[in-house]
Amino acid sequence: MHYLTIQNNQSVPVSEIPEISYNAFLVLNTGMMVENSGRHCANYFGYPEAGAIKLICCIADDEDHLIHLSSCVADTNMELASFTAKLPCFEKFEREIHENFGIHYTDHPWLKPVRFAYNRADSDKGIADYPFYSIDSEELHEVGVGPIHAGVIEPGHFRFICNGEQILHLEIQLGYQHRGIEKLFLEKDQLNQLSTLAENIAGDTTAGHTTAFVHAWESLCGFKTTRDIDFVRTLALELERIAVHTGDLSAVCTDIAYQLGSSVFGRLRTPIVNFMQEWCGNRLSKGLIRPGQNKFPFTQALANRLSEVLDIFETDFIEMNKELFDLPSALSRFERTGVVSTLDATSIGVVGMAARTCGMPRDIRMSHPHSLYPELNHEPVVKHHGDVYSRVQIRKHEVQQSILHIRNLISNLPDVHERVEMGKPRAGLFAISLVEGWRGEICHCAVTGQQGELIHYKIKDPSFHNWLALALAVRNNEISDFPVCNKSFNLSYCGHDL
Amino acid sequence: MYNNLKILYHQGKQFIPDVTTALLPGIFRGRPIISKAIVNENDLLQTCPVNAISINPVTIDLGKCTFCGECAMRFPEKIEFTTDYKLSTNVRESLVIKEGEDKPVIINSAVVRSEIHSLFGRSLKLRQVSAGGDNSCEWELNAANNVQFDMGRFGIEFVASPRHADGIVITGPITENMAEPLQICYDAVPHPKIIILVGTDAISGGIFAGSKALNRSFLDKYSVDLFIPGNPAHPLTIINGLLGLTRKLK
Repeated sequence: MHYLTIQNNQSVPVSEIPEISYNAFLVLNTGMMVENSGRHCANYFGYPEAGAIKLICCIADDEDHLIHLSSCVADTNMELASFTAKLPCFEKFEREIHENFGIHYTDHPWLKPVRFAYNRADSDKGIADYPFYSIDSEELHEVGVGPIHAGVIEPGHFRFICNGEQILHLEIQLGYQHRGIEKLFLEKDQLNQLSTLAENIAGDTTAGHTTAFVHAWESLCGFKTTRDIDFVRTLALELERIAVHTGDLSAVCTDIAYQLGSSVFGRLRTPIVNFMQEWCGNRLSKGLIRPGQNKFPFTQALANRLSEVLDIFETDFIEMNKELFDLPSALSRFERTGVVSTLDATSIGVVGMAARTCGMPRDIRMSHPHSLYPELNHEPVVKHHGDVYSRVQIRKHEVQQSILHIRNLISNLPDVHERVEMGKPRAGLFAISLVEGWRGEICHCAVTGQQGELIHYKIKDPSFHNWLALALAVRNNEISDFPVCNKSFNLSYCGHDL
Repeated sequence: MYNNLKILYHQGKQFIPDVTTALLPGIFRGRPIISKAIVNENDLLQTCPVNAISINPVTIDLGKCTFCGECAMRFPEKIEFTTDYKLSTNVRESLVIKEGEDKPVIINSAVVRSEIHSLFGRSLKLRQVSAGGDNSCEWELNAANNVQFDMGRFGIEFVASPRHADGIVITGPITENMAEPLQICYDAVPHPKIIILVGTDAISGGIFAGSKALNRSFLDKYSVDLFIPGNPAHPLTIINGLLGLTRKLK
């Protein structure tokens, strides 16, 4: 066996992950995925070890709920054949390895910088020097948008090549939000600093990223969570999903100039985030989730209050959705706009909600369930057209599904357990944690050294996979449809840039 | 048409009538009060992930605080977070809450530039720049504009072009990669102009302070007109701060 098979939230000694030659590593990992479309790359990264770079690849199998790990040691001056030439879904992982360590790939089709990390291998070039693809043509023109956009949103640069109003090509350049988070995880030594870092990776996915971090940490410490701790995380993840999906429906309505939908969905987000604040003191659940403890036990009084909030919310939510989905002027903007084909989605390795709108049942809540998801028997909502319409529709369905899950959860409140001492991370371990945030699959990997200190921390937001899907979706669309396409994905800049 | 009217009727009036006196339900971590109780000060210092707490006397710097509430949970006899969301100020030192004091954080109108009241008192257009923000303060700035908080009723709006703006609102710890775009944007705003920092990350760098990926030199060059703390700042903190800066409240 050239690989090691583990489950979500399991840790294993790094030394047990088979270390094989680069060629065997390439054949193994690409081969595993070619054989089986139910597998995808959950994470692939490198870190410096004894003057060389240790590469670890994690292939998740959605059908048998397992994760296959393999590793390899590469020199920074080596020239390697790329995984990407065989499977495009590795393109960004390899670009990241190239950018961080200078490893050169001989046959990578698009070996460009990912985020201009401050600790990149080639610091001669800055973010202003990004090598955009361009076409020398008198008929075509380029449109540059950003990094600062028209709305109150995060920065990123979009470069379009257009034929009149029609988009032929879009290249998305990110990195403006780079805060050096992965390095900060190694520099900070107190646990409360690490938790705070995790909840500031992407503020709209506070519950998602913090849950991924605490799972990885608890796994390193060998800590077994109690039901009340798992309950809080599951509930927070589902509330976050409802809040953001509702906000996204509002934003999509804004982009098609549908004022009523924009206002009503916009205001419907408020009772959900306000409930979050009533429960834990912060509208975005910052401060709620911490390793090994249940800081804000969920009481019967809170359950009654939440049930009341959801009853009122659901009535208004259904009424507004009925109106939106009956409105020809809205539907004509959604249908067949920004299509991602199932073939493209599979080949570039799209995850989460974006994958589920292309007919792929990819959902960590079902494939690698954590917290209380095993008992919720979650079945993903799947749509098939891959257009804006599917991405709007899935939000409506997922919100309703989350309401059901929450009603299930709060009908059986867990007893609050005494806090148990968690201990420290054990030495020489590798831990992986997969969480289904509202956007999709979040993956955190941690590696500890001789003293149990973190020697590498790798964060992967679903946006890391999905930005490319947006670039493909807008091809051959009118440039005026770009905002609604973009919002229908609502990808994270800070989660990508780290 | 009939359905639209029905929805409007069902939604009713959503706006908060008075954003200066609205109360927050449940728990909220707003302005802390620090008692004179004696606690183990080393432990107290250790609980804070961002070094917002100092000792002799015990203080909490709201410009650094991430409002995680860990200190109040460990030392309930020493620190208590109230639901007072009026945390904005134009004087950086006012964000430092001292032990034994229970005073509101205020905007000192004596040091507000005179043109701010006269020019921006009835209409303020702002250009927001996210410079490494984690999308939480951006989210709350958008919420301040929704139909409930309805900041637009005071003539305060976000605009797309810096040319149309009276100032910039910065969120995030200011990354190296955003330093130049931020400067370009600021330069494009016509005079007189103001600078507002929203969120702990913008005010002090927050948990990111000291990261080599940041470049906060922009803040060394200009004076800041308003600090709006929070992680993220609550919409009511944002609105009350902007109102306090631009108009003389009775």
